[in-house]
Amino acid sequence: MDFLRPASWEEALAAKAEHPTAVPIAGGTDVMVEINFDHRRPEYLLDLNRVGELSQWETGEETVRLGASVPYTAIMEQLRGELPGLALASHTVASPQIRNRGGVGGNLGTASPAGDAHPALLAAGAEVEVESVRGSRLIPIDDFYTGVKRNALAPDELIRAVHIKKADGPQQYSKVGTRNAMVIAVCAFGVALHPETRTVRTGIGSAAPTPIRAEAAEEFLNAALDEGGFWDSGKIITPSIAKQFAELASAACNPIDDVRGTAKYRRHAVGIMARRTLGWTWEQYRGAGRPLEGAA
Amino acid sequence: MRVNFTVNGRPQEADDVWEGESLLYVLRERLGLPGSKNACEQGECGSCTVRLDGVPVCSCLVAAGQAEGREVVTVEGLADYARQRSEGGCADGACGSAGSGVGLDAARRWEARPSDGQTGEQGELAPIQQAFIDAGAVQCGFCTPGLLVAADELLERNAQPTDADIREALSGNLCRCTGYEKILDAVRLAAARQGEAV
Repeated sequence: MDFLRPASWEEALAAKAEHPTAVPIAGGTDVMVEINFDHRRPEYLLDLNRVGELSQWETGEETVRLGASVPYTAIMEQLRGELPGLALASHTVASPQIRNRGGVGGNLGTASPAGDAHPALLAAGAEVEVESVRGSRLIPIDDFYTGVKRNALAPDELIRAVHIKKADGPQQYSKVGTRNAMVIAVCAFGVALHPETRTVRTGIGSAAPTPIRAEAAEEFLNAALDEGGFWDSGKIITPSIAKQFAELASAACNPIDDVRGTAKYRRHAVGIMARRTLGWTWEQYRGAGRPLEGAA
Repeated sequence: MRVNFTVNGRPQEADDVWEGESLLYVLRERLGLPGSKNACEQGECGSCTVRLDGVPVCSCLVAAGQAEGREVVTVEGLADYARQRSEGGCADGACGSAGSGVGLDAARRWEARPSDGQTGEQGELAPIQQAFIDAGAVQCGFCTPGLLVAADELLERNAQPTDADIREALSGNLCRCTGYEKILDAVRLAAARQGEAV
């Protein structure tokens, strides 16, 4: 094994171009587990810790450009206003020690269906900035996940940043696990209200081969909210609408039975989380009509 | 490969490090500092918690090469780290505190004696270590080093933690003996003593 230690982003891209099999390592919270357990013996480890810009973020007009290695701790403590859904999701990641090291770039690189950041990214709307020596491109989050632990990266590409839409309305995130800390999601659900476009977006984790949006549920809800004039009136969402939304979210799942839970349980739990998180966000919208920090 | 970094205020050099090796392995097997414990090797248990440039991390998930040029504090250096902090110095070793901490030779010669660990008479302890002893927060002791490092960091940034703060700060550290109540007592005790001392 070789340990590659680029001192800059350009050096990192050159190293990845020269050694496309090199495994990038930043927080190490996925990669080191695989190495410790002898599940993986990469020819090259590509350490990204020395590329300082990856741990920084910039807040623009419309989006936050979040460096791939910004630790979850920073997201939950410092980006709660701009990215409330992702901040809530970050808070559910493992433990303080893990949140101090891990970041969204690693979640995307691993592309596990159970990654905590994915539902929040899907719901908020995001683009993944990837780059190689051949050039840079932005991959819409909806096109990023291509299979179980597979993503749209080419072998010579590295994830540089994620461009996440700043919240224009309330966002929520919910995750089912056996305890509050150190839990891989049995399933998870993220929802974001976008009052500017009068749309609702969702994200489902750990209930399909990849993180997915509940598109039919979104379409139904968007139409129902529009027809009922809910965005203007701010009245309580009719229970039958919330119920239908939950059922469609549940139907969007394509889960499996595994050690953490059964497919049937996951479908059921996603429906419950969809209804609850919609209720929470809508109450926030009714209360303030403005982007709010997520509640617990 | 060779890795140069600072451990408990002293520059260290580890040779023949395998590229896939963890910081934990280097600390324990190459530098003779077995305080940080090796248990789950997947970041679940927190018994290998150290400070990396001041930040609590699971040393089993840091590749050795990632520690190059950085500052590590282990439980062996905790007393010294806490003492420097209380003296208003810079505890992370960045202001030339070379020579502090438990030396390698001393650490290698260290062995448990009956009086040690019971009363803390055998040497200087960090306030959090003393509080763990006084509160009876140590049973088998395997999780203790990680808990001490995590709890000490909590009290460094939050002098008056609520129970919720303590639980959250220690949520990445598993203990299979105590049921955690005595550990919570110990952190509350250390926080109270810290408050009195100010």
